[in-house]
Amino acid sequence: MPKVTIDGHEIEVPKGTTILQAARMIGPEVAPPAMCYYSKLKTSGGYCRTCIVKVTKGSAQNPNPMPKPVASCRTEVMDGMEVANFTSPDLLEARKGVVEFLLINHPLDCPICDQAGECDLQNLGYEHGAAKTRYDFERRTFEKIDIGNKVQLHMTRCILCYRCVKTADQLCSNRVHGVLNRGDVSEISTYIQNAIDNEWSGNVIDVCPVGALTDKTFRFKSRVWFTKPVDAHRDCKTCAGKARIWFKGEEVLRVTGRKDQWGEVQDWICNDCRFEKKKVSDWTIEGPSHIDRHSVIAQNHYELQNLKLDVGRQLNKLAGEAEKNNTNTSTKKATAKK
Amino acid sequence: MEKEVKFSDETLALVHKIMKRYPEGKHKSAIIPILHLAQMEFDGWLSPETMDYVASILRIQPIEVYEVASFYSMFNLKPVGKCLVEVCRTGPCWLLGAEDLVRHIEKKLNIKDGETTADGMFTLKTVECLASCGTAPMMQIGETYHENLTCDKVDQVLNEYRQKGERVTHWDKKHIKAQQ
Amino acid sequence: MGKQLLLDNIHAPGIATLGVYREFGGYKALEKALKMKPEELVDEVKKSGLRGRGGAGFPTGMKWGFLAKPEGVPRHLVCNADESEPGTFKDRYLMERKPHLLIEGMIIGSFALGARTSYIYIRGEMMYVYHILEQAIQDAYDAGLLGENIMGSGYSLDLHVHPGGGAYICGEETALIESLEGKRGNPRIKPPFPAVSGVWNRPTVVNNVETIAAVVPIVNMGGEEYAKIGVGKSTGTKLISACGHINKPGVYEIDLGLPVEEFLYSDNYCGGIRNGNKLKAVVAGGSSVPILPAELFLKTAKGEPRLMSYESLADGGFATGTMLGSGGFIVMDDTASVVKNLWNFTRFYHHESCGQCSPCREGTGWMEKVLYRILDGHGKKEDVDLLWDIQSKIDGKTICPLGDAAAWPVASAIRHFRSEFEEYIKNPGSIKDVKHYYRLHNEKEPAY
Repeated sequence: MPKVTIDGHEIEVPKGTTILQAARMIGPEVAPPAMCYYSKLKTSGGYCRTCIVKVTKGSAQNPNPMPKPVASCRTEVMDGMEVANFTSPDLLEARKGVVEFLLINHPLDCPICDQAGECDLQNLGYEHGAAKTRYDFERRTFEKIDIGNKVQLHMTRCILCYRCVKTADQLCSNRVHGVLNRGDVSEISTYIQNAIDNEWSGNVIDVCPVGALTDKTFRFKSRVWFTKPVDAHRDCKTCAGKARIWFKGEEVLRVTGRKDQWGEVQDWICNDCRFEKKKVSDWTIEGPSHIDRHSVIAQNHYELQNLKLDVGRQLNKLAGEAEKNNTNTSTKKATAKK
Repeated sequence: MEKEVKFSDETLALVHKIMKRYPEGKHKSAIIPILHLAQMEFDGWLSPETMDYVASILRIQPIEVYEVASFYSMFNLKPVGKCLVEVCRTGPCWLLGAEDLVRHIEKKLNIKDGETTADGMFTLKTVECLASCGTAPMMQIGETYHENLTCDKVDQVLNEYRQKGERVTHWDKKHIKAQQ
Repeated sequence: MGKQLLLDNIHAPGIATLGVYREFGGYKALEKALKMKPEELVDEVKKSGLRGRGGAGFPTGMKWGFLAKPEGVPRHLVCNADESEPGTFKDRYLMERKPHLLIEGMIIGSFALGARTSYIYIRGEMMYVYHILEQAIQDAYDAGLLGENIMGSGYSLDLHVHPGGGAYICGEETALIESLEGKRGNPRIKPPFPAVSGVWNRPTVVNNVETIAAVVPIVNMGGEEYAKIGVGKSTGTKLISACGHINKPGVYEIDLGLPVEEFLYSDNYCGGIRNGNKLKAVVAGGSSVPILPAELFLKTAKGEPRLMSYESLADGGFATGTMLGSGGFIVMDDTASVVKNLWNFTRFYHHESCGQCSPCREGTGWMEKVLYRILDGHGKKEDVDLLWDIQSKIDGKTICPLGDAAAWPVASAIRHFRSEFEEYIKNPGSIKDVKHYYRLHNEKEPAY
């Protein structure tokens, strides 16, 4: 199994693992951001260039560095490879450039965008972008097209990650939308008015990293941080029925897939679950969803289970340390081992 | 009445011949040549109906045809005049006066870049380098390159096309018989 | 004049026909090649030192050597005839006049690589050349030079021409492959390289027209003999398409290593600058390569005379050198404006960006807008630095080399002609009128 070192952390991974996957295995402290890569969609990634990293050593066999930054989501690790991500100031500057490119034609209409609060581009801009824009030209706009009564397409916000096209290709038969035109006037479209309508089509909302594809049934209902996500399931003939339902008071405002640590849905859900099951009685509630504590959605959000776990962990740790102290083992060593 | 979108027998035979040039099951490869033939046969542009027809021939989803047709600059997704005047606007031609040429044609035909004359005869389109930089400035009408142009020469060429009054396309109809 | 290995007899009446081409010794190389082993042919090409003539200059023999040969999987040779680099028109000239030279090269190359079906991907705009090639291929089939059992050798090959639809990006080999598969011309992410997984996921070699044509004289004269022409690692002859402000624009075949001064001023070649004007700058290898001012073009930074070779033109790196590229030789005299020309090129790249990856999609348009603003008399003091920063953030960050190709002209123009930018910004009156025709169709007039 090849060994790779990313920002000084060494890890052994199965052959064929990409740098990005290896970095995710190590943890968020080294994982590059990704706007177009989606592990559940084949051939995704490589377009947005936010996950670029510097390969400072190609492999044990060929130790030369790679001449250009590479897209970590599409580059497989080699044995002995060394990668710099957050430890390379040049690379961070290059990534800042990519973020700027993604933002120059983005409308920055976050105050009226339903995605705000759970938007990958917002997070990316916050973590890797510049505070001020240098772009002083009119931003690109598109003519609005209607793609049906469930999904709202807002092309001006699109960053052309191709995820929704790949979702349609890989999840549904008879894709009706795609990328039309080329260059900076490329757009997601159906060309002639055509509703995107099949039982899985709602998943394009979940994979969209920005507010280009949003849920029409949730449109302008609430800011996401005023709603409370709860994991729930139901018996569904089409999908696994494992979803996340978003409450405001007693009311279910929307249903989405459950997203993992990297913002990817764990199970695709069908349109019936997503758009039609908006009563509490439709669902069996499991408990509050885990929300990253840095997320704006975490405000006023309690996860009792996790809270208990956390407290439990703390107690265990204290107990463990007390025990170790008793057997004259230094606390320092124990922490280092961890 | 809308014309039915269907290739002539001769063209359809060529379409099938072209599709056989690619391995079994890879006939989608033929999409670009077929779109050229479609422009030849259906008034120099690709209507949604024409593209749907091409999709049916290739047995692919219509969106796959729209995606391809909208990517390549030679495919016109809006109606064009009988004679599409494509003037090169890139570096070397531009250094040698392509700009004046475009300005001259605009004035003469009373249209702007991308527009069609009222009589439907000419559409002016500025295009990127046509690999004719040594004979700059130049323009393409149908499959013909008109090179080393001056304003006078342009007048002469346009008059010839106007007199003929026929539709000219990139894939010239005269080649259909030849390739059977 | 240097040796004419590709352009020999180019003006002979009827050389485009099979009969006349054979009268002048055509298909002799094929006859010879079919008696050799495929590996021997690859070796000959390796010995010749031939380097890709499309722009990158990668050794052809090595590229052929990399081709994967898994059992039972067909492989393909694809000719890149999507000549669209501004300033380059050598392939069109060659195919139009001597189509059989390319076909002969394709058959030899396919035989060497073990390909049974090969394709020539030609720009859709050159539709008339497409038909010339179709005719020539038909004639070759009729004469038993294509199809089953070529010249009784037992080797069989099908050769087809495939027209493109109008996209500069399809000159990039993986975009070309996508386009050949009937898709949008979006470049693929490498690896895998085409040699392992190319068209229809089969091992594929993509070579430029001139590269494939050069295989014919290499087989005729032997690789070692071919390698004696030229200088150092720049072996053989090269087609240069010269244009711009010169007296004799056209396609010339030169021995690599010819002094640039001779090429530019000799009556055998460009014949000097038009109207007796002074040379201002040269873009030596197609619009993508760095522009050089006259003094750095004629002599390297070390003061040595520059030669028409891969190494000499690149001498000094991008700081003071450029590249041989595709051989699109664009000359500007002292009436030309470097900034205006740069804007034109940048608009070109903006128009031709496929839109797949963000730095190129967004950055090319941004640079074009800033340049337009400068030419429109609204340039800002910080615009030159802004342009420099944008290009540096595109260069090397994209999937394919189009991003680099868009960045290099901007970088080199600023590097060598910064004062011209600054003058335009400080004193807009010094800019002659800029016409609005060339705005891209989707753009509104700018509001400053």
